[in-house]
Amino acid sequence: MGPMDTNNEGAVRLAAAADRSRIALILSRLMRHPEFGALVGTLAVFAFFAVATAGNGFLAWRGVTGWLNVAAELGIVAVPVALLMIGGELDLSIGSVIGATSVLIATASGLYGVPLWISIALAITLGVGVGLFNGVLTIRTGLPSFIITLVSMLALAGSALGMARLLAGTPNVSLKVEGPLRAVFAGRWQQANVSILWWAAVSLAAAWVLFRTTFGNWVLATGGDARSAREAGIRTDRVKIVLFILTALAAVLVGIIQTMAFNGGEATRGQVYVFNSIIASVIGGVLLQGGYGSPIGVAFGAATFGIVNVGIFYTGWNSDWAQLLLGLLLLAAVLANNLFRRAALSA
Amino acid sequence: MTGETMGSSPPIIEARGVSKHFAGVAALEDVSLQVGAGEVVCLLGDNGAGKSTLIKLLSGVHEPSRGQLLVDGVPVRFREPRDARSAGISTVHQYGGTVPLMSIARNFFLGAELTKGSGPFRRLDLDRMNAIALSEICSLGVRRVTDAARPIGTLSGGQRQAVAICRATYFGARLLILDEPTSALGVREATTVLRLIAEVRARGVGVILITHNAHHALSIGDRFSVLSHGRIAASFDRGERSASDVVNLMAGGVELASLEQAPEPFPRTASA
Repeated sequence: MGPMDTNNEGAVRLAAAADRSRIALILSRLMRHPEFGALVGTLAVFAFFAVATAGNGFLAWRGVTGWLNVAAELGIVAVPVALLMIGGELDLSIGSVIGATSVLIATASGLYGVPLWISIALAITLGVGVGLFNGVLTIRTGLPSFIITLVSMLALAGSALGMARLLAGTPNVSLKVEGPLRAVFAGRWQQANVSILWWAAVSLAAAWVLFRTTFGNWVLATGGDARSAREAGIRTDRVKIVLFILTALAAVLVGIIQTMAFNGGEATRGQVYVFNSIIASVIGGVLLQGGYGSPIGVAFGAATFGIVNVGIFYTGWNSDWAQLLLGLLLLAAVLANNLFRRAALSA
Repeated sequence: MTGETMGSSPPIIEARGVSKHFAGVAALEDVSLQVGAGEVVCLLGDNGAGKSTLIKLLSGVHEPSRGQLLVDGVPVRFREPRDARSAGISTVHQYGGTVPLMSIARNFFLGAELTKGSGPFRRLDLDRMNAIALSEICSLGVRRVTDAARPIGTLSGGQRQAVAICRATYFGARLLILDEPTSALGVREATTVLRLIAEVRARGVGVILITHNAHHALSIGDRFSVLSHGRIAASFDRGERSASDVVNLMAGGVELASLEQAPEPFPRTASA
């Protein structure tokens, strides 16, 4: 009792405060890495399925390559979508670009015998065109990119389907590709698709661009506070147009991969990627408001998506539950992202 | 250097009888103003008096309908803000013009990033950006900032203003236009910003300080212009009017009791 106790109490309180501030410091350091939360999420989901599927082969090579393949094709397009989101815009047209690419290549090379590299070049031109359309129209009209890219999604999906029926008489045009181009885009090694390498390359390149280049600095500023960015002399409109083009080109790449992997084109194939890429981005720590996020985090987000989708299959439960789990994960991620953002600004 | 000694070298910027009309309505009528090196000119006035219009003319956002702008005594035309900036005229807005989630250094060098390497390996020189940003901010007396890699959103409003002012002077601003820098700040914060203005003035930078706080203006200003209904209602030098006079002038002659405490006057020379 008496002064001694209050002194001790004070010391304890001081020590506790110091501890808290050390924890706050560590947390604030981690917050500077938007991929940290995504990594935790991926590990947690992986651990959950590792336990829930014990002995069912989820951890075997077949299971691992299973979710890696799913994650790879999603990640290739989700990472540029995330860059665009960090820049403050959305793109709903990627699904149509994937479908249109596959129809274009399959029709040109499968039906008319155009050399494959030429039809690939045509698809890349299409991608640049769609990106320009989305970007320029969003800038010029000042409308939300949600609406503009919804327009291009519908227009492009309709044209791809129409052209396929008109030229090939069917929405599914077949094309068999062998040789080096197949190896580059749809090669396989022991059930592992070469797209996993593309995924890694796209993620690393995007991380380099976002965090280590001048352009990346402009992307962060454009999405973080466009007015300040413009006052600093940044052409935010050009930044956004470039991001729209990159996003469309990533969709073209997935379209090429799928055309070869599935031996043909199908106009409606890509639509699942529209929302899945946004899910992967948000689970990967990208802030929906723009200005914050990491391509590496989004790569983890895509991995989480792949683990849930393939993991469910190994549990033996009905795969409908995967959707519920993804919904819950999305909710947790959005809440965590906002928390992270607040923590990053308060420490 | 004050108003009297300005005859020796032309002012950095001078507005000569400028007017601005929007759809026939005069927002600004026959306004003249000059700012020399190392001089703080306070632009006072109530909301809608024409302060924003005047600074938009000076910073190249609008062109005057009549009248002339001169930089270093030479007539100029600012077609866009870029023209004003390349003439060394830099505007810092109330919100500081910074991106909250980006680091202090990335904000400091935004649009003028330092790089190393060449070709596809050209990359941001983050170490140098951090070091320079930190030393610049500290050299202007903002010592609370110790790590330029921190998000700028962790700084207070006054500190963000300070970073924006440091950035402008580092990139060669000879004339700073500060738009209501203290209006959203607490007393202590406002004092920090006012001290920074004194520091910048001591380095020979001209400052136009827009404010409707008479006490802040009187504590730092060398000359004062009160705008009212688009015209200069009064111009006077330091020491010629009291705070209550100024408040009355701003309100257009209506008596108003001042509710605020005046901060100490700031040193007229460099503190370093």
